[in-house]
Amino acid sequence: MGPRRGLTGRRPAGRAASGRLPWVLVLPAVLGLVFLVLPLAGLLIRAPWPTLLARLAEPHVLEALRLSLVCATVATAVCLLLGVPLAWLLARVDFPGRRLVRALVTVPLVLPPVVGGVALLLVLGRRGLVGQWLEATFGITLPFTTAGVIIAEAFVAMPFLVISVEGALRGADQRFEEAAATLGASRWTIFRRVTLPLIMPGVVAGAVLCWARALGEFGATITFAGNFPGTTRTMPLAVYLALETEPEAAIVLSLVLLAVSVIVLASLRDRWVSAP
Amino acid sequence: MSLRGRLIVTRPAFRLDLTLEVAPGEVVALLGPNGAGKTTALRALAGLTAMSEGQISLDGQPLHVLAAEQRPIGMVFQDYLLFPHLSALDNVAFGPRCQGVAKAEARRTAAALLERVGLAGHAAAKPRQLSGGQAQRVALARALAVRPRLLLLDEPLAALDAHTRLEIRSELRRHLADFDGVTVLVTHDPLDAMVLADRLIVIEHGAIVQQGAPGEVARRPRTDYVARLVGLNLYRGVADGTGVKVGELLLHSSEHLDGAAFVAFPPAAVALYRTRPDGSPRNLWRARIDGIERHGDNVRVHLDGPIAAFADITPAAVADLDLTPGQQIWASVKATETHAYPA
Amino acid sequence: MFRRLSRWAIALPVVLALAGLTGCGSGEPATSASASAGGEAKEVTVFAAASLTGTFTELGKVFEAAHPGTTVRFNFGSSATLAQQIVQGAPADVFAAASPATMKTVSDASPASSPSTFVRNKLQIAVPADNPAKVDDLKDLTDTKVKVALCAEQVPCGAAAVKALDAAGLKVTPVTLEQDVKATLTKVELGEVDAALVYKTDVIASAGKVRGIEFPEADQAINDYPIATLAKAPAGAAAQQFVDLVLSQQGKDVLTKAGFEAP
Repeated sequence: MGPRRGLTGRRPAGRAASGRLPWVLVLPAVLGLVFLVLPLAGLLIRAPWPTLLARLAEPHVLEALRLSLVCATVATAVCLLLGVPLAWLLARVDFPGRRLVRALVTVPLVLPPVVGGVALLLVLGRRGLVGQWLEATFGITLPFTTAGVIIAEAFVAMPFLVISVEGALRGADQRFEEAAATLGASRWTIFRRVTLPLIMPGVVAGAVLCWARALGEFGATITFAGNFPGTTRTMPLAVYLALETEPEAAIVLSLVLLAVSVIVLASLRDRWVSAP
Repeated sequence: MSLRGRLIVTRPAFRLDLTLEVAPGEVVALLGPNGAGKTTALRALAGLTAMSEGQISLDGQPLHVLAAEQRPIGMVFQDYLLFPHLSALDNVAFGPRCQGVAKAEARRTAAALLERVGLAGHAAAKPRQLSGGQAQRVALARALAVRPRLLLLDEPLAALDAHTRLEIRSELRRHLADFDGVTVLVTHDPLDAMVLADRLIVIEHGAIVQQGAPGEVARRPRTDYVARLVGLNLYRGVADGTGVKVGELLLHSSEHLDGAAFVAFPPAAVALYRTRPDGSPRNLWRARIDGIERHGDNVRVHLDGPIAAFADITPAAVADLDLTPGQQIWASVKATETHAYPA
Repeated sequence: MFRRLSRWAIALPVVLALAGLTGCGSGEPATSASASAGGEAKEVTVFAAASLTGTFTELGKVFEAAHPGTTVRFNFGSSATLAQQIVQGAPADVFAAASPATMKTVSDASPASSPSTFVRNKLQIAVPADNPAKVDDLKDLTDTKVKVALCAEQVPCGAAAVKALDAAGLKVTPVTLEQDVKATLTKVELGEVDAALVYKTDVIASAGKVRGIEFPEADQAINDYPIATLAKAPAGAAAQQFVDLVLSQQGKDVLTKAGFEAP
């Protein structure tokens, strides 16, 4: 949005204000970068390169990777479906207790994921408040299923999407919505044809964060969905188990997860997130 | 088709209370200083701001009970608010689409309207690729595309540079003349108001202070704001048949009236003298120069004394008279150039 | 405004540097305790299998009472995880593992005293208190309608479960392979699964929330628990004293009461 407004405000090329880089900013920035990148370097340096290909070709690696990608993607879709309307509600509708609801939405962010998993078990588990009824009525049990993995991931990742989209909604000029109303658009049409396109960069950024968080999800998944190859053992779970006996295998798995997420995130960023 | 209504919007420290009546085909301009409530009035007509009390009817049907999207209105916003993600054509087609018109049909309507405003070649352009004047035309086309019975324009020319403004103003005037519904526009520019509107409604502090045909308002301002807007010195006093007594000073005019009255004269009608002039004009007073500033090609002298007034004189006259602030001088204005009317 | 900003900017790297220093020095309290070998403020750090949580905590208190001024700190967890932590340099004095294999991971990487087996643990079938699937013996677990949780093969209880099932010639398809025995037990306690193979000691420790069912094949998959002091043990002699306590009659009493079997 920002750059678009700058039709007249575009500055001539060249550096801002003064030419000298302020070291008080550069130094911590470089430290921060080193802090973030060094662990990745550690993975790369310690990777068992000679056996890498052989280890990658193992069927259980590909199985875990496929499961991870499918679950994270479906979880992101679920989050979009539920999270965007929730963000809209929080940003556009004034209802009593809105502050409380907003705080509740961010709870999964601060909750240790394992606790989130236990909480999910207590609600959606076989003897859980809702799970009991689900099993009795539809014969559906969620724990130990791939659906359970998706639920655990969506639970943990949804706040990223909601916060990002709500921010975009608050930042969007609401007068566009008013203009649409004077043209006869209903609230749903306004949302679909005006609001959503306007906040699309925020939605995409939120979905990317959400997907990345879901991909790395461990605690809630292993607690709620368990750990079984092919159905619930995603990459992070495989990494954790490999770490118990075979740290080198864990490094290989981590590298795969890392490479895939970097490729996906980088391509998305170029396409959607970065400014034109 | 006619609009009538009483608009009341109450907010902390502000109250808007207007009675409006606009005939079909008539263009009414709401004119007033910033914060007077003109945009609030327009938004209340559009249904974007809720009214505290009052009612609006359009063609005898109640309007205020409808939500904004149900009102038969078209609105042009100050900065146009063209949807940035849609082309000019789709912006114009947006309204018809919302009314349930099929896509192809809506696009045909939109294309015809763009043609009418002279933008047939820019149908595919995104709003950010349009100049200010082009965006204004698209905004007008978009508002007209819903075939409104009430057209609302909020500062339609304010965002344009002086040159474009001139061109768009006369164009807009043509389009408004063609429009057979009710038009209400908001502006703080007297020139826009005079050119575009059949009638001016001047609003100050949420209430109507004056209304009438543009020429009438310009000739007979009733508030300092309007007087300043149209460039007249304006005083309120008491008339006694031959002149109007403003404080200690009696100002003669060509009109004969009695009772409370306004008296007005243009700054250019004021003459200044270092010494008391011979032949003694009828409206003569001793004034003190409060300030001197450039005003277009002339010089505007701020006068203090029995009445505060502006005098516009030539730079040559300033040099001849050797005027300086604080100086005492004589000021006069001819009775024939002084205009008095009942308050 | 600018001054405040710049002060922050300077403070940030300092804070980071400090954080880095304390991070590096996390092993220090134990080291400095051993350095002051006078005998007053000493600390013994014991890494022990999760199944030893109850018994070792009790023994720790006994030890502290017998050696005033010495405190025992415990790190309970999956033996495999603990072994990795020790290999990566975690400052442990004593390691008590739930399987010889995990002990071997440690002794391969760094010298430790020769491990002695101090207890053995046997598997039981754990079922929820109301036993909804009516599980009686190991064969019932092969029924696909019965949801079973096992430990992952990588951790000792999982390895034992595989051994027991192989011995019985049974094939069980679990719904989940949990990362340690406590997590497996939790699934039973919550009623999410109908049965699980866990240690007898865990069933006893759950205090009635789950029921244990003995099965004969458990004898084929008995887990030996080795204990050893680590060569680099910062606490030195105190570490050996703790191991001695575990191996003593008093230690045996505490352990057998909890359901462990003598080696």
